Amino acid sequence: MSTGRTSAAIGFAALALCALVILAFAVGRFPVAPSEFGAVVWAWVSGGSSDVPATVQTVVLNVRGPRILAAIVVGAALSAAGAAYQSLFRNPLVSPDILGVSSGAALGAVLGIFFSLDVLFIQALAFGCGLAAVATAYFIASRMRGHDPILVLVLAGVVIGALLGAGVALLKYLADPYNQLPAITYWLLGSLSAATRADFLAVLPAAAGGILVLWLLRWRISVLALGDDEAASVGVETGRVRALVITAATLMTAAAVSISGVIGWVGLLIPHFARLLVGPDFTRLLPVATLLGAAFVLGVDTVARTAGRIEIPLGVLTAVIGTPLFLWLLATARRSWQ
Amino acid sequence: MLSRRRFASAVALGALAPGWVRAQGERTVTDSVGRRVQLPARVERVYAAGPPASIVLFAMAPDKVLGWTSPFRPDERPFVPARYADLPTLGRLTGRGNTANVEVVLAAKPDLIFDYGSTSPTFASLADRVQEQTGIPYLLIDGAFDRIPDAFRLLGGIIGSEAQGVQWARYCADMLGDVRTRVARVPEAKRPRVYYGRGPSGLQTGLSGSINMECIERVGALNVAAELGQGGLVQVSVEQVLRWAPEVIVTTDPNFFASVRRDPAWQSLPAVRERRVHLAPGLPFGWIDSPPSVNRLIGLHWLGRILHPQVFTEPLRPIVRDFYTRAYHQTPSEAQLDALLATDRT
Repeated sequence: MSTGRTSAAIGFAALALCALVILAFAVGRFPVAPSEFGAVVWAWVSGGSSDVPATVQTVVLNVRGPRILAAIVVGAALSAAGAAYQSLFRNPLVSPDILGVSSGAALGAVLGIFFSLDVLFIQALAFGCGLAAVATAYFIASRMRGHDPILVLVLAGVVIGALLGAGVALLKYLADPYNQLPAITYWLLGSLSAATRADFLAVLPAAAGGILVLWLLRWRISVLALGDDEAASVGVETGRVRALVITAATLMTAAAVSISGVIGWVGLLIPHFARLLVGPDFTRLLPVATLLGAAFVLGVDTVARTAGRIEIPLGVLTAVIGTPLFLWLLATARRSWQ
Repeated sequence: MLSRRRFASAVALGALAPGWVRAQGERTVTDSVGRRVQLPARVERVYAAGPPASIVLFAMAPDKVLGWTSPFRPDERPFVPARYADLPTLGRLTGRGNTANVEVVLAAKPDLIFDYGSTSPTFASLADRVQEQTGIPYLLIDGAFDRIPDAFRLLGGIIGSEAQGVQWARYCADMLGDVRTRVARVPEAKRPRVYYGRGPSGLQTGLSGSINMECIERVGALNVAAELGQGGLVQVSVEQVLRWAPEVIVTTDPNFFASVRRDPAWQSLPAVRERRVHLAPGLPFGWIDSPPSVNRLIGLHWLGRILHPQVFTEPLRPIVRDFYTRAYHQTPSEAQLDALLATDRT
């Protein structure tokens, strides 16, 4: 794959993201005129004041702005984590929740709702349980010697995920059907409708840090994608790199899921898209997947909050838009996945 | 011969059985969906199939309650006499996820299973199925808000608590009628635009006609979400709420109630600026929403005081004390009343 093509793909993804940001700021349930929007942004940048109504300022700076940024961070984190996992596990069907992070986060959030905790604690529990789930899977896998380490790790993740899924189901069953059950259902469907500036600031370090770690490890991940023996022969410590990648990807995914709820498809589909554009080499794949993921979630969330009179759950919309895209991709692309 | 004797007694029993049952004075009653149900003359043990049914039955005939659908939480318990709160938890047997084990229900030997709420074909067919499976008569009574008096009269007559049924029916009809006349005195222009925020982030709300909005709509509030149409619970965005700019926010979630005042996104709402955000009390049962049963009647007065203080002039405390004494069979202490009425203080 030529460098020119990679630059073109990065340029395309960045352009799409910028266009979507402008579009996302321009539309919404609350009418904001372009002049008002300009005045608010100018006042914010220059530190001055504007004569725009306070509610319009709130919409732009405290509602739409944080939600757009949150969508970008969530999309970038999920997609980058998915790309890293697909390379690391040398399997195109892997998504960031393969090691149980989403199931763990779901159980944490559902526990928080079940005990009627503050939203902040619900998010913290989701984050913590997501990390704990992956740590458990990793620990179990590290104790199983004499098998293919990747296979054992993925199996451990799937098994832990199933167990945690049972926990979620049990809590749904025990929850108060009038108050808690609807709240649990909405959380599991995924949504950014309540995203605040604090949410965005809380997930930004984990997401940005995770992407940075993946970027620093990009060569090693590329080599690792060729196989453990190949990687070892060029001096890559496979075990340590794998642990680092899993830690980074888990942190990113747990942070994203803790504010957005469970959003499927992004971490599975967008890396494929990126691979179609720039091929399987992780050094090229990571930036394109990150940008495309951000653009995809931002685009879908913009549809989610504007298409209907009520919010459309993000998890539903990503699947509805993601499935035909994925099938189209499968049918048309014969490019090498690995 | 032994086998012949057994045969003979079986024949005799078979011949006697219908007469024996008739001697018990079996009767046929018709429930709210027109199902004709055979009932024994005396109904002493009633299993309420869901939380709304439990509350109706407990309010009217507490000694016929066999058990609860879910255990009381520690904060709910003190509002109900211990001998009732200690009744076993049998689980719920309604369409919304069963937690009851049918064998446990049977072991409690109910004379009647009673559900109160939706009368859709789903619930009617569920009633038929449970009745067929258990052999226990199953009654389904319409839980519509305006038909609360009818429900008491019907159930009271069926379970042999006519006097209490009529008394409750009158009390509820008086309260509903009184609220209706007061609300009618409030001109359309003076009715506040209300947003009802549920869930931890306060972004779930009820559309027009939703069962969650019945209390709020009865008390003459204008539900801002009604412009989205008819329906049930939905998720909306902060932006949508800002566009609605409600004058009053009512919630049942203490976490949302606490966070709405510090969250900058909500600050520009008139309701938040003017401190017109109200947390509905929820002990032992919700005042305005859940479960959708007679517990919501007291919410009418509470909301009336908040939304139309000019026509709901009396202090709330005696009304709450009276309602709790009637419905939950224990006069709340002054401290309990303080706690209930303080939930609203911002």
